[in-house]
Amino acid sequence: MSVLIVLALMALLAGAGFAPIAARFGRVQASQTAAAALVAALALLAPLVPEAMSGQVVVASWSWLPEWGLDLAFRFDGLSLLFALLILGIGLLIVLYASYYLPVSDRMGRFLGLLLVFAAGMLGIVLSENILLLLVFWEITSVTSFLLIAYKYEAHDARIAARMALAVTGGGGLAMLAGFLLLGHIAGSFELSDILARGAQIRAHPLYAPTLLLILLGAFTKSAQFPLHFWLPNAMAAPTPVSAYLHSATMVKAGVFLIARLHPALAGTELWFGLVSSVGAATFVYGAYVALLKHDFKGLLAYSTISHLGLITLLFGLDTPLSVVAGVFHIINHAIFKASLFMAAGIIDHECGTRDMRRINGLFKYMPYTATLGIVAAGAMAGVPLLNGFLSKEMFFAETIEHPHFGIHTWVLPVFATIAGMLSVAYSTRFIHDVFFNGEPINLPRSPHEPPRWMRFPVEILVLLCVAVGIAPQLSVGPLLDAAAGAALLGKLPHFELAVWHGFSLPLVMSFVALAAGIVYYVNRRFLFELHERYLPDLQSPVAFERVYQAMTAVAGKVMALVDSGAPRRYLAPLLVFAIALGLWAYWSAHLTGVSLALAGTAAGAPAGPVVQALALAGLAALAAGCLGVVACHRQRLLAIIFMSVVGLVVSMTFVLLSAPDLALTQISVEVVTIVVMLLALRFLPARAEAAEPRGRRLRDMALAGLAGGGVAALSYAMLTRPFETISNFYLANAVPGGGGANAVNVILVDFRGFDTLGEITVLAMAALGAHALVSGLRLSPYAGSASREADRHPIMLAMLVRPLLPLALAVSLYILLRGHNLPGGGFIAGLVTSVALILQYIACGIDFGRARLPLDQPRLIAAGLAIAGATGAASWLFGAPFLTSAHGHVHLPLIGDVELASAMLFDLGVYLVVVGGTLLVLTELGALSRRELGAEGPTQEPVSQKPATREPASWS
Amino acid sequence: MELIVAAGIGLLTACGLYLVLRAETFSVVFGLTLLSYAVNLVLFASGRLVANAPPLLIEGVARHTDPLPQALVLTAIVISFGMTAYLVALALRAKGESGRDGFDDGDPT
Repeated sequence: MSVLIVLALMALLAGAGFAPIAARFGRVQASQTAAAALVAALALLAPLVPEAMSGQVVVASWSWLPEWGLDLAFRFDGLSLLFALLILGIGLLIVLYASYYLPVSDRMGRFLGLLLVFAAGMLGIVLSENILLLLVFWEITSVTSFLLIAYKYEAHDARIAARMALAVTGGGGLAMLAGFLLLGHIAGSFELSDILARGAQIRAHPLYAPTLLLILLGAFTKSAQFPLHFWLPNAMAAPTPVSAYLHSATMVKAGVFLIARLHPALAGTELWFGLVSSVGAATFVYGAYVALLKHDFKGLLAYSTISHLGLITLLFGLDTPLSVVAGVFHIINHAIFKASLFMAAGIIDHECGTRDMRRINGLFKYMPYTATLGIVAAGAMAGVPLLNGFLSKEMFFAETIEHPHFGIHTWVLPVFATIAGMLSVAYSTRFIHDVFFNGEPINLPRSPHEPPRWMRFPVEILVLLCVAVGIAPQLSVGPLLDAAAGAALLGKLPHFELAVWHGFSLPLVMSFVALAAGIVYYVNRRFLFELHERYLPDLQSPVAFERVYQAMTAVAGKVMALVDSGAPRRYLAPLLVFAIALGLWAYWSAHLTGVSLALAGTAAGAPAGPVVQALALAGLAALAAGCLGVVACHRQRLLAIIFMSVVGLVVSMTFVLLSAPDLALTQISVEVVTIVVMLLALRFLPARAEAAEPRGRRLRDMALAGLAGGGVAALSYAMLTRPFETISNFYLANAVPGGGGANAVNVILVDFRGFDTLGEITVLAMAALGAHALVSGLRLSPYAGSASREADRHPIMLAMLVRPLLPLALAVSLYILLRGHNLPGGGFIAGLVTSVALILQYIACGIDFGRARLPLDQPRLIAAGLAIAGATGAASWLFGAPFLTSAHGHVHLPLIGDVELASAMLFDLGVYLVVVGGTLLVLTELGALSRRELGAEGPTQEPVSQKPATREPASWS
Repeated sequence: MELIVAAGIGLLTACGLYLVLRAETFSVVFGLTLLSYAVNLVLFASGRLVANAPPLLIEGVARHTDPLPQALVLTAIVISFGMTAYLVALALRAKGESGRDGFDDGDPT
């Protein structure tokens, strides 16, 4: 049963994946997919509803990172049920609404995908049992709300608004992470069930205050509490369906949800009361005051949202059982009327083309039906009797009377509440009066009329709910409220009665006073606007945030400039000096403590005959010539490359001489491709670097390099002459019985240390793809002899010679691949040989010639190689063995001989493919670079297919 | 023999480092290539220098040198190719974006 919780989340995520795909077939299909996902999530949670309604908690838990206390633990109780209904139910209405609101040119794939991921994040928050998991979902909502607010990313203000929302809510999320870690530390568990049960222990802990502050910071930023509210009005840059969703039922409700959720663990102290109620109260009044001043009706709704969130926070801060009930009740009511108001506002915006209430007037005449819906919803917002807002507001008024915290000054809270209520009435009145009455529309971009039938439908549903709850509260939401508030109070639900008429009482008087005073306040608004303009013009502008933000980016830029000077040698030189100094210091301090300073150790050198000695000396001489040649000619790059190849050759020979045939083969083939890469690049760089560097710097660098080189030589010599112990006897002893191969190096690569090799080919693949990404699309003009001057770019002799070579070379590489397990060879070497063979064809005959005959998609080749290697490893799971366990057996093939058919062979095939794909990708990309430049300069290119047998003019160089 | 190899490694390191300290991207590519030779040789030499003892468990080969450093170096060689290719691509890209083949280096110290 409990697995259904996870399935519901999965349904939303699956919908997020499928909706963009469905969008390719049409908007209707996309909307249907998204709606299906939301309905599926509702249906999956439905079987759990009876338990949640009866006050039970369903918990489902899977171990994830147990050592960090992070489990995939989910819970479903009354509070989760309430929020799941709001998230999924209003989500459904939003999907329907958005398909009418968004322009037809918008395919909606991105919108619906993001919306569903966001909904999944929200649902995850309310369904989490583990608070660290809750935080993961919390961050998902932060990121997706960023993307949703910036949905119209071409608009500058949308980007700014999204950035601000992310910075504020993301920052709050970080604070909350710290708070959660502290909370987990105090409670000894990250599971909500444990935390909620240990409230007394948590509140008595010395770390209670910082914990509470950090967690509340997270909740307050998310729920836009004063003074961290400023991101919310700016977030109105989002499309209205997003605003309607984020700012009624979801995003901003996450903060108050968290307060409700952790209420049993954290509430009940002076600190909680002082902090939560004062922040809530300030937000309540501030939002209500500013809302009236907004000429943009979406801005008015945004500030009213802030105000109502403040009210909910205040109710949780008052911290009596009944105020918690009222808070939960107002969460429901606010979600319903605010979603409908936002959607109605979107319709008006859509029909009028503006949101300025100084121009939009008298719409009742043009769209009476929508106007009625908007008026009813705004009435609910104002707290007019017989609508849902009235009930929760009256519960609030009742709670303010004789609150235990105010002692003899019992009048303070009720008076405050009445004033705040008056402000709410005032802005609601403005919304109704300005938009629907108050004369005629002024200069509207479009002539307003009723929207399409189904665009209004979501508003109708919600307004109907407003009325239903307002008239028959116990019947409509009574049981749900009991379950949700019960969960927030851990089952200690106080007695209360949901009824429209409680008799003639003080709260009722307060309600009517607020209504009357609010209308009076609104009537005198011009006077108030003037006062505001004169004294507080900057009250709601987020200038401070921008200033802080800009200052922080400037500081970050300065720090970066300090750390990263842009020239590697600036930080390499000090590093070198330091390393040399460290080496010398270690040497001298060892000397001072009496350790022998002799570099040569006691181990006998390798027995080497005079021939080997002579060869080695000759090699050293060649190496010296090569190295010094590179250094001397590094400004004449072509020469330097030639010297470079000498060095590579000597290194390969060293491997031959010192019993490393595999290395020698690898080195020599890598050498070929490296030199080709360098030559290809040389075309686009001046063959000679321009100005010589100052002599002083060159001398200094020479001294540094010489010292470092001497140190490395000394260390190597010391190492080589020291006694030697190895762990390799295991590999030598087990290569044949365990790995089924006689070539110990290859067996280590593909079997014993196969996981390392998998990592290494992944790195190679990434490097190749990275180089591909860097060069693709790049246009460079060549330096060395221009293309048109190179008359004979594919010499016919070379082409004729090379073509018959290809099958031979491929046969050799296949042979090397197959024999690799027993004799020098294997995937790496075979891959390089194949690459060299193909490159030779490209050089001799042109890239088009090669591509026309052997169409290779290198990235796919790389992917196939990695997939094969990975699948080989994963296949051993099927046999109950760990990743990359190999199995082997010998097969005798005609001509080739005894072939090891181990699963490791398949792995080696993966290596082979990655190497071929990687090297060819880089080389063809660099080759294509010069072809692009040719195409731009415009020598005529003949189609390849016309004369396949002769030399192609289309070239590769 | 040990002395010769150690000298070779030292030479490669010195030349590689000198080139890495140059201002042009292409010299740095050369330098890093030389340095990777040096590093590969040090790694390889940690298995000590033995002639005529390939790590092949076949008839006719009596002695076997240490296969582990060889396995490490083999992949290192291939990866250093990947790195060189990436660096070259980076140098070309930088050239394409900034029109220069050197590092952004305002202050000639």
